Amino acid sequence: MPMDMELEALLRPPASQMPTYPPKWITLATGAKMVVRQLERGDVPTLLNAVRPTMKVARDYYDIVGARLYAELLGWYRYRVKDHYCLAGQVNGALVGIVNGRMYTPEIGMSYHTLAIDRGLRVGAHLFAAKMEYHLEYLGQEEVWITAESPIGFRRWMIEYGLELKEGMQHELGGASFYSLTKAIWHEAKPRLCVGSRPVPRELLAKAELEIRVADEGHILDKILGVKGGD
Amino acid sequence: MRKVAIVGVGMIPFGRYESESLVEMLAMPALRAMDDAGIGDRAVDALYVGNMAAGMFNHQSAVASALADYLALLPAAADTIENGPASGGSAIKNGLLAVASGYYDLVLVVGGEKMRDVIGPRATDTVATMTHPTAEYIYGVTLPSLAGMFTRLYMEKYGVTERHLAQVAIKNHNNGLLNPYAHIHASITQEGILDSPHSVVNSPIVSDPLRLYDCCPVSDGAAALLLCPAEMVAEFKKPKVVIAGFGQATDTQTVQEREDPTDLKAVRLAAQQAFAMAKQTPRDVDLAELHDAFTILEIAESEHAGFFKKGEGARALEEGRTRIGGDLPINPSGGLKARGHALGGTGVAQVAELVWHLRGEAGQRQVKGAEVGFSLNFGGFGNNVTAFVLRREA
Repeated sequence: MPMDMELEALLRPPASQMPTYPPKWITLATGAKMVVRQLERGDVPTLLNAVRPTMKVARDYYDIVGARLYAELLGWYRYRVKDHYCLAGQVNGALVGIVNGRMYTPEIGMSYHTLAIDRGLRVGAHLFAAKMEYHLEYLGQEEVWITAESPIGFRRWMIEYGLELKEGMQHELGGASFYSLTKAIWHEAKPRLCVGSRPVPRELLAKAELEIRVADEGHILDKILGVKGGD
Repeated sequence: MRKVAIVGVGMIPFGRYESESLVEMLAMPALRAMDDAGIGDRAVDALYVGNMAAGMFNHQSAVASALADYLALLPAAADTIENGPASGGSAIKNGLLAVASGYYDLVLVVGGEKMRDVIGPRATDTVATMTHPTAEYIYGVTLPSLAGMFTRLYMEKYGVTERHLAQVAIKNHNNGLLNPYAHIHASITQEGILDSPHSVVNSPIVSDPLRLYDCCPVSDGAAALLLCPAEMVAEFKKPKVVIAGFGQATDTQTVQEREDPTDLKAVRLAAQQAFAMAKQTPRDVDLAELHDAFTILEIAESEHAGFFKKGEGARALEEGRTRIGGDLPINPSGGLKARGHALGGTGVAQVAELVWHLRGEAGQRQVKGAEVGFSLNFGGFGNNVTAFVLRREA
């Protein structure tokens, strides 16, 4: 093995076996059907096209979430993050939101980011719930560690789920105090916060898998900023 | 009393404004209203600004004085009018009386609020300060909680269902899609907000039985009107739209003191006064802008204002009579539900919407051949209500 490949092997974290997240579909308020499914490493270049424009938006800390998510996805793509996963929401193939995290230990999940591209339809809430579902019900973990970088995130996760404050430890994202979603909290919250149907009808899933469509930068910014015309 | 006309109208899209101050937000529709009328160098005599809570939302008071200076209207008289969510209606009333009395000729009325400077729960708490401090507020009463209890009673008494409430939301969201000034531009479906098992997350219970999509958004927004005596209209470039009728009534501050909490007495009285002054009846009305801060209110107000008998508002909705194209389109703007609710801005925005329809300038949402319009601005939980009848005249 050439020396650079030997070094590369040292730089790559060993991967653990992680069960896959079974796709599901959710009817949004508009009536549109959103497919939530797990993406693969090879999807990352497409995802980065969707994340890149969000780094320009200071509103609601999209810039911070976008920049960090970009780095996390890139790190995963280039084998620098251990046991990372990514779930996405798609409507008719179009990407409407992304969530990610990683298996910190077999017992503890580390929630990273939630990025809603289509706003006002609770896409972020649905995807965050899917992420929690993945950790606790498919990875079989005992708890998920969660922090928030925006007031919206704090309200959505810490308050709506009634998360447990963890003191004396530090979330991987650094920053503020972080919270834990335990199995007990999850089971209490799940009926009101986590929905979705399985299996995904074949045609719906095929459409999502065929292509991850990413809106152009202008459309993404309009969706996030809610730009409208006046007179 | 002189007859009063609206010769200029302006609005900014409702939504969220981050880089503009409250005064800058208020100035934009004010300038549009003056341009709309084409007042040129004429001096505005007085300015009335409807605003409920700039002191709490934006740490600013004396907003009208600031706006008069910002717009270079000095030395025009200027007053900020606070009447809860009916501040806009009350500001129009002050302008109307000032012109009708003959004291002023050209009066600018602006209504607006910049609520998104604070987080949602803080905004809800600020609005709740208009409830009774010791009989309601200290027990955690908020406007959504009062609306929830009102809705439950209305359902039991008049057979209104969750499906009817959803129909109001769907109709108004559809109307909002046609309005470039609307805060919410999203079509919603009954499946997505009510019927699907997934709807528990899409539209969770906010205050039983009201769900998320039964409640208006928290909006930044502003609108403006320019008033003058009707006999001066020919000096401007717009068709004559007059404020033919006005009414205002109050009710008990606490809802619990009302003999029948489902009876919106102040709505009924304000509407009756407005129709009496206009010498018109609810049957004459071609479109109405009602205060649907919660979906139930559109149904209840449509009955109390006299458009439908008690208990028949929901049926009229079901039959499509209140859609654009129906015999009484209600909230073609999208209402508070989709155009948005910017407290002090709402009453003025409602009247601005009527003016556009009466002039035939409402674009895709135009109510064809509209000649008479009605608006209702609901303060508190129905304890201070203003109503206007507008009419297009030759």
